[in-house]
Amino acid sequence: MKDKVEVDIIIPNQTRYLGLIGRIGEDLVHSLGRYSGDREELAYHLNLVLTEAITNAICHANENDPTKQIQIQISASDSSLKIKVFDEGEGFDLAELTTSDIQDTDECGRGIHIIHRLMDQVNYHRSNKRNVLEMVKKLH
Amino acid sequence: MQLKTEEIGDIVLIVIEEERMDAHNSGTFKEQMLALFDEGKCNLIIDLSAVRFVDSSGLGALVSGFKNASAREGSLKLCGLQPQVRSMFELTRLHRVFEIFASVEEAQESF
Repeated sequence: MKDKVEVDIIIPNQTRYLGLIGRIGEDLVHSLGRYSGDREELAYHLNLVLTEAITNAICHANENDPTKQIQIQISASDSSLKIKVFDEGEGFDLAELTTSDIQDTDECGRGIHIIHRLMDQVNYHRSNKRNVLEMVKKLH
Repeated sequence: MQLKTEEIGDIVLIVIEEERMDAHNSGTFKEQMLALFDEGKCNLIIDLSAVRFVDSSGLGALVSGFKNASAREGSLKLCGLQPQVRSMFELTRLHRVFEIFASVEEAQESF
């Protein structure tokens, strides 16, 4: 039987929870049964992708509204990591953010680029009155 | 942002005392650096040796400090990067922007 771990968390729309979710992501990678690559690097990357995606949801999609929430689902198996981050905002244009050029001295805009560099599939769409950023990383 | 500052001549050493630099604390860090610039202190060394994790917001705060220091004819230099933090600078190509040193002493000698 294949090992599969699924995590489903809801947090208030506040950046103070970023560290908590990042730690959960790192612990999840360390608990994977089989992974032949650099586990420390994968743990850092999952922490980073979760942090960037949730920050984007809190600050941009949910516009720092304290009455809103973020839902995070992580599914880890031998073959892939799948992450979904749901926001309750108006949504944003992922393609526009992705294609914008980042200059060396820009202070903002690197988050979505980092997610694209580290994940194999990224998409953002409307789902039951919410938006979801879905990201997949193949592990083999 | 939890940090310590120490003045070494006209250089201010900022020792970050947080394990994470992310969207939660990087805004405060930018303000703390701006307060130093307002006092006319524009040569900074940022010691990141305690930092285990940095995201794009943390990098953005450092870029902000770098630009503000340069605009005042000063410099902002970094030291003590842990390997994963160093890899973030390479991933975002910011290692080409910042002067990065192994230790506070090496950064200090470069001024």
